[in-house]
Amino acid sequence: MIHLDDPKRLRTLRDQAHQVAMNMLRPVSRKYDRAEHEYPKELDMLAAMIDGLSESGASEGAGASGVRREDTPEKSAGVKNGTNLASVMSIAEMCWGDVGLLLSMPRQGLGNSAIASVGDDEQQARFKDTWAAMAITEPGVGSDSASIQTTAVLDGDNYVLNGEKIFVTSGERADSVVVWATLDRSLGRAAIKSFVVEKGTSGMVVERLEHKLGIRASDTATITFTDCRVPKENLLGTAEVDDKQGFAGAMATFDNTRPLVAAMAVGVAQASLDLTRDLLAQAGVEVDYDRPALVQHAAAAKFLQMEADWEGARLLTLQAAWEADNRKPNSLEASMAKAKAGRVASDVTLSCVELASTLGYSETELLEKWSRDSKILDIFEGTQQIQQLIVARRLLGLSSAELK
Amino acid sequence: MALTRNLRPGGKHGVASGETRDPIGYAVAALSRVAQSDLLDRIGLRKQAEQTVFTVTRGGFKAATSAGRTFARAGSSRKAGVRVPSATPAGVFDLTPTEDEQMLVDVVGEFAAEVLRPAAAQADDDCAAPGALLAASIEIGLPILGIPESLGGISEERSAMAGTLVAEALAKGDMGLAVATLAPGAVATALSLWGSEQQQATYLPAFTGDDVPAAALALNEPAVLFDVLSPTTTAVRDGDQIVLDGVKSQVPRGADAELFVVGAMLEGQPVLVLIESGTDGLSLEADPAMGVRAASMTRLTLSGVRVPGEAVLGETDGSTYAECVRLSRIAWCALAVGTGQAVLDYVIPYVKERQAFGEPVAHRQSVAFMVANIGIELQAMRLLTYKAASRAAAGKDFSREAGLARKLCADKGMQIGLDGVQLLGGHGFVKEHPVERWYRDLRAIAVMEGTVLV
Repeated sequence: MIHLDDPKRLRTLRDQAHQVAMNMLRPVSRKYDRAEHEYPKELDMLAAMIDGLSESGASEGAGASGVRREDTPEKSAGVKNGTNLASVMSIAEMCWGDVGLLLSMPRQGLGNSAIASVGDDEQQARFKDTWAAMAITEPGVGSDSASIQTTAVLDGDNYVLNGEKIFVTSGERADSVVVWATLDRSLGRAAIKSFVVEKGTSGMVVERLEHKLGIRASDTATITFTDCRVPKENLLGTAEVDDKQGFAGAMATFDNTRPLVAAMAVGVAQASLDLTRDLLAQAGVEVDYDRPALVQHAAAAKFLQMEADWEGARLLTLQAAWEADNRKPNSLEASMAKAKAGRVASDVTLSCVELASTLGYSETELLEKWSRDSKILDIFEGTQQIQQLIVARRLLGLSSAELK
Repeated sequence: MALTRNLRPGGKHGVASGETRDPIGYAVAALSRVAQSDLLDRIGLRKQAEQTVFTVTRGGFKAATSAGRTFARAGSSRKAGVRVPSATPAGVFDLTPTEDEQMLVDVVGEFAAEVLRPAAAQADDDCAAPGALLAASIEIGLPILGIPESLGGISEERSAMAGTLVAEALAKGDMGLAVATLAPGAVATALSLWGSEQQQATYLPAFTGDDVPAAALALNEPAVLFDVLSPTTTAVRDGDQIVLDGVKSQVPRGADAELFVVGAMLEGQPVLVLIESGTDGLSLEADPAMGVRAASMTRLTLSGVRVPGEAVLGETDGSTYAECVRLSRIAWCALAVGTGQAVLDYVIPYVKERQAFGEPVAHRQSVAFMVANIGIELQAMRLLTYKAASRAAAGKDFSREAGLARKLCADKGMQIGLDGVQLLGGHGFVKEHPVERWYRDLRAIAVMEGTVLV
């Protein structure tokens, strides 16, 4: 039966995440926006708490590793609201608190999602407690991730990695980094594999941290790999260079992580909407859902448009996660969710600054911060344009050679 | 001075009242009058006969509504009517329709594809739906979708979700014909949701029988910045009667309608009032619009229309009226989603086939991204609409969800209509392709109130 309210089972988790965001992240939100590169020590306690919740089962499997799709077909029919939904719902709430701090959450890196998505069972177990960052982008390669230059050459029991990775979220703080590298550049995308490189591995050097527009609480690193030897069992998934499966497998990670990033966008946009609604009400502007927008205050009309777009982004995100939970293909919907949520977050957070005038622009309120934090969400894990490209190719049934 | 006021150009022909005419303007205006005169035709100067567009009237002539059947009074006006229970979702986030809903969508979807779509262009032109098509819509049960099973309908529980899926499926065929076929059901559903025992016993048998009457839920008014919650049509109590005055616009199939549900202000609150056609003081004129033309839109004027006091449908505190407005908006959203899907399904093969610069235009990002955005926004519209509908079916408050769905469907629906034409270029502008009709139809979503209901 069609029912698009938040599932009953996950409301407790959602509300808990909201309380954590309000009482733990918000109080230090501005502090770590100012103190860029300083480690948010408060997060260790939070991470311990989340681990505890996870052990107890209260977290419903939510989190970066919650995106794993079980291979064993489940006998029980019926609709599942599982870890993917739990993850997007709780991540949205945490990002209502602070996107930068959520991204800095120990053991909740996108690398953890990658391990969960493509790692085999042995690897799942071995890397269970690691905090994994994700390293794809290179100085000369961004959206075009099939043409990465970092190489991995098998030498005995090790792969030897050489190359430079930039924009590695939590690249300094994480315990390990999932690195995309090619086994053979001449074989194109099929030869691209991901490797878990643990911190302290010789040849891996964190060169520097970026100074950024937003999500300043999160460290963004440049990492070089020079003859960096990684045990060959750290290659995630299969080492075979299979034209059909190879790159598609690596890209499949995105089907799982894009809804998470969409959820981040939904969360930060909601923060702006909640506060702005309150500020407008104090200024005597109430939003009426029944009256036509055009007979209301222009600010209320704008608010209605933003909230409608936001609700659309949120439902698309929930849909993509629901499909993952129910083992339906969701590449199209994951990209739709990320495209919509990314642009909605920008519109909402920037418009809320405008609606709140200098109160929104100044550091007095967090509105200006959210409008800086939101921008990255329309860029990483595939830009707006890449999402549109994916959606277009799928809808039109065109290959990447036809629709470039 | 009356004469100079007459010479002033503003106030008609879409000219703002501040406009002035200079000497050349007067000359052109005079020429225009000559050009319009049928003298040209009589002396054979004009080749093309003026095309008659659906006009019951031209030049201000209004027709009285035709007297329909006599609805035999039955039941008590003090007793509440039969109500179906709310749907009871399990609390799981779910996008799967029930088996019954899916079956209904399959049947209606086929009807839309096989019957509505082929008839759409002609019906748009004629401002009327073919009789056989309307008869078929009755046969597949469209008007009784919202009527309780115990009263001869098919509804075992609140059917807002099913109604939404049906409206969407119909509009994928054609929005105008969807409105024409759904209009009687809107009144039947309203009677089912809010009718007293008497109102249900008096009117519903006609809808569940073989000869289903046309009927119209009339909430629109011809006013700038119209706010449906504050209708200017008035209802005043006079003894045990109510007297109504006002004008309702865009009333579907008004010329055929035997029963109207009209929105009016009674004692400071908006209410719904049942009025049978043929009642003294009702008059009709054609009100064709840019789109949704197959629904034979009319303008209904009420002057001193008298109905019994118990003709008010539902509560008099404005709550029934507000709920009706919201449910209508969900139905319009569903229509927007259906038509939006029609646009998407039409432009995809077109842009893949159409060649420019030696390859299909779909191979260009500026074209492909427009298609992608239609897909993205359409799905967002659909999800918002479903959420509002499923909350309504479950008996939960859905005012926020309905308001947001309307906003998104109005904005993005129009964008989809606009892009649909743009993607076909000049071919989109001509009637050889349906996208120009969808463009006109999709403009309705932001404007229309009432008319359809889930």
